[in-house]
Amino acid sequence: MSIDKNTVKHISKLARISLDEKKTASLSKDLTSIMKFIEKLNKLNTEKTKPLTSIIDASLKTRKDEIKDGKIRDQILKNSPEKNEEFFVVPKVIE
Amino acid sequence: MSKISELSLTKIVNGIKKKEFTSLEVTNEFIENSKKSRKLNSYITECFDEATKSAKNFDQKKDFKGLLSGVPIAVKDLFCTKNVKTTAGSKILHNFIPTYESTVTNNLWSQGAFLLGKLNCDEFAMGSSNETSFFGNVSNPYGKELVPGGSSGGSASALAAELTPATIGTDTGGSIRQPASFTGTVGLKPTYGRCSRWGIVAFASSLDQAGPMTKNVEDCALLLQAMSGYDYKDSTSIDTKVDNYSSNLTEKVKGLKIGIPKEYRVENMPKEIDDLWKSGIDYLKDAGAIIKNISLPHTIYALPAYYIVAPAEASSNLARYDGVKYGHRAKGKNLNEMYENTRSEGFGDEVKRRILIGTYVLSSGYYDAYYLKAQKVRQLIKSDFDKSFNDVDAILTPSTPSSAFKIGDKSDDPVSMYLNDIFTVPINLSGLPAISVPAGHDKNNLPLGLQLIGRPFDEQTILNLSLAIEKRANFNRNFKNWWS
Amino acid sequence: MNERKFDYFINGEKDKWEVIIGLEVHAQVSSKSKLFSSSSTQFGAKPNTQVSLVDSAFPGMLPVINQFCIEQSIKTGLGLKAKINLNSVFDRKNYFYADLPQGYQISQYQNPIVGEGEVVLDMPYGTKRVGIERLHLEQDAGKSIHDMDPENSFVDLNRSGVALMEIVSKPDLRSPEEVNSYVKKLRSIMRYIGTCDGNMQEGSLRADVNVSVRKVGDKKFGTRCEIKNVNSIRFMEMAIAFEAKRQVELLESGKKIDQETRLYDTKKNTTRSMRSKEDAHDYRYFPDPDLLPLNLDKSLIDKLKKELPELPDQKKERFIKEHNLSPYEANILVSEKEISEYYEKVIKESDKKLATNWIIVELFAVLNKKNLPISESPISAKNLSSLIKMISSGKISGKIAKVVFEKMQNGDRDPNQIVEKEGLIQQSDPKELEQIILDVLSKNQDKVTQYKSGKVKLFGYFVGEAMKISKGKANPKLVNDILKTKLK
Repeated sequence: MSIDKNTVKHISKLARISLDEKKTASLSKDLTSIMKFIEKLNKLNTEKTKPLTSIIDASLKTRKDEIKDGKIRDQILKNSPEKNEEFFVVPKVIE
Repeated sequence: MSKISELSLTKIVNGIKKKEFTSLEVTNEFIENSKKSRKLNSYITECFDEATKSAKNFDQKKDFKGLLSGVPIAVKDLFCTKNVKTTAGSKILHNFIPTYESTVTNNLWSQGAFLLGKLNCDEFAMGSSNETSFFGNVSNPYGKELVPGGSSGGSASALAAELTPATIGTDTGGSIRQPASFTGTVGLKPTYGRCSRWGIVAFASSLDQAGPMTKNVEDCALLLQAMSGYDYKDSTSIDTKVDNYSSNLTEKVKGLKIGIPKEYRVENMPKEIDDLWKSGIDYLKDAGAIIKNISLPHTIYALPAYYIVAPAEASSNLARYDGVKYGHRAKGKNLNEMYENTRSEGFGDEVKRRILIGTYVLSSGYYDAYYLKAQKVRQLIKSDFDKSFNDVDAILTPSTPSSAFKIGDKSDDPVSMYLNDIFTVPINLSGLPAISVPAGHDKNNLPLGLQLIGRPFDEQTILNLSLAIEKRANFNRNFKNWWS
Repeated sequence: MNERKFDYFINGEKDKWEVIIGLEVHAQVSSKSKLFSSSSTQFGAKPNTQVSLVDSAFPGMLPVINQFCIEQSIKTGLGLKAKINLNSVFDRKNYFYADLPQGYQISQYQNPIVGEGEVVLDMPYGTKRVGIERLHLEQDAGKSIHDMDPENSFVDLNRSGVALMEIVSKPDLRSPEEVNSYVKKLRSIMRYIGTCDGNMQEGSLRADVNVSVRKVGDKKFGTRCEIKNVNSIRFMEMAIAFEAKRQVELLESGKKIDQETRLYDTKKNTTRSMRSKEDAHDYRYFPDPDLLPLNLDKSLIDKLKKELPELPDQKKERFIKEHNLSPYEANILVSEKEISEYYEKVIKESDKKLATNWIIVELFAVLNKKNLPISESPISAKNLSSLIKMISSGKISGKIAKVVFEKMQNGDRDPNQIVEKEGLIQQSDPKELEQIILDVLSKNQDKVTQYKSGKVKLFGYFVGEAMKISKGKANPKLVNDILKTKLK
């Protein structure tokens, strides 16, 4: 399966990574090569196999409905590149 | 009298306990070594002032109750350390200072150790040579032009060069074991769920595990014991008792059955690797183990399956790096533009490749053909191992298909870099524990490692077997200091 | 008793069309803490004060599931008569938005916790069964505020990670009225069980509405559009009406319907396409590797079943049987848990028929006028009960009771006290009444003569006069009886 430039453009949009023409071209090459490698799996018939659903043979551990967290606004906002006292600040969304 | 930094972790811990030297003396030596070794580029962040304070503090309080009392340890920069910059080797986190401590590092500090610094690694743990770090390449103490392996390259090189008495790394596809093999050190990837992932920058959630990297097997057992344990904050953490790996460590492996999987004898396998493997078999025979030939028929499908599952999970795990809450933020006229520029500027090439592959294999119409298929293949690989462990107690293979290669050798072709992980990846896919122990050299005198794979939660057996190999291999780290 | 037939159709220029509606209701789980983190879920807190490191997706953070939220969704499923899936999986739904810190939402895709079920509606034209496709658990997103700054949006993650139950109906609804009824019923069931408070103003209940149209008689479904995030029943009804008409007009003019997501503009009463159409969401669902599959024990389901309270449908049947109510009356009295509780309190000591009437007619009129829920009723069940007892015992007449009822509203006063204080006790002494009646008759001799010669309507006049003199306190029945005998 070759990954052409349009496909690269499409997935980079989904992944929110902007790419220039040069990058798009080189990635098309790299990703095609990787996909070729991955396609070795097609040789294997897995029709009757169940997929791995968890490595661990255990049940999902649950927790009690208690409030033990929050009220740490300063910590939460501390690392944000743009913020004010109360909120994270981001450029406007176009809708 | 040998320098303190030449001693093993175990001897340093005992030495401090016995008051043969102080924590400050230990710390000062490692700091000296580290300062002289900046050419290796093993460190991203040095915490020498803090470490000195901690050492002085320790010497005052003299609390010897921990497994690692008074010992400074540098850790891979993938572990979030409170108030200490944590970058994951990436520009996108170049200024991130966590307000929290990862469970595993916290376990170390609870045992009396303290932070010496944060070690270089491939960006977001994606790489096998420490050539993808935003903070530059790391050199192998065995040669300036050689890679130390990856992704825990900074850890391996710092350890081998004695800039830290021991260290911890993470292993998703071989990132502890391969650099261990390349630098002549011991590296262990525990069973999936043995160590907590809470506070470790996530790469591939179903594969990541933190593990010890040490100069010898005895140290490895000690450090594993200190790191391990159930963590309720990690839903994939397993609530089983942590064995006393250290005190149960023994060379007595007589009667243990060792499997030799024929599928690991790959096409064009270098003779040196094959010879190393044969030596390993001989060592274990000598120790009284029984050698059996086994088959792990789906081995060749492991690497392709890994390069579907790992990037897929990574593409999702790395979606949080969007410039909103922390890390690098680029300019943008609107939100989407900000996202696209931030991530474009913030991520390196290999990370971009893997995010895109991961996005692709999960995308509409492809899920069944790739991700679902890979999970089925994973089941087959795991079943291969499960079946074998009915007949054998451990499996012996080489750790890597070659010794350390040159920096830049494999940067043109991503796939050729991926082939480094051919022996290590099946183990991550199956969630098993595995260790790399240095066992020989190639014709250029570069170290080679042997890998032992164990049953789930049977780290003890592979530690014991490694000890048996270590005692017989008489491996010496015999490189010359070219950097200080 | 079916008063009318179903009649919601769009009469286009060329054809008669029916509307097909399916709802995806998002109901916030009533729990103290969030689905995968231990921060509080309380509404109205200062921005970003109910946010943990996990909620804001810091590096290395991991989800741990809230057992209570699992149980709440199971209980809701049982209330919807639905199949509980003992094995379910949490998946990641991947997309980018400012209020989604992880860049994915933890949800359930192919293996939800609850399967097919049903909700029964009582419509004026008969019983309507609405199929439930599934119910699953998922994280709520945070909030972006776009109108505080011209160039920037502000993000508050308080709501990020709160547990939501997404209830997906089958496309069985056919009119805004049915949607109204469905949402109210759903809300009522969850409030009965205590799994969601259904407070639409606070955002506890929101819906995405899927609308398509087809010519009456066609079997195939038309292309549907999704109207996202409608947060009041009234807006749902209006949005559906507009959208159905829009689609009919398009189709009748030969155009096609684009399958798309639309937003309802509450000011213009229109729906409009969301601009980001080119980025048709590819959510790339896959099982969340930070969580294990959820495997439930049947014993838990059985335990939760036992803990369920009597649900509206059951209560309605019981009310009809035990209290001899009509289906109409029973429907109203069970529509809210609080109403049924109020009713049951009142009838503990007072007459059922009177109680039914006084609640449904008189009390509801007051509550509607003052826009109050029954939980904030100005008259308590206890006091209403006392009032009704006085009517039953003849202490006051029904007419006087209405007067007392008004006065009771001022601070939930005890009716007995009001009656005592203002001397409103019904005049039921036959001797006194006889006196009043004789008085009336004697003062109106001419009218008595007219009555006796056939003008029977004057009877009402005499009653009226007697009531006037007694200041309304005369026992009307007795007045009638005595008057009859005196006019023989």
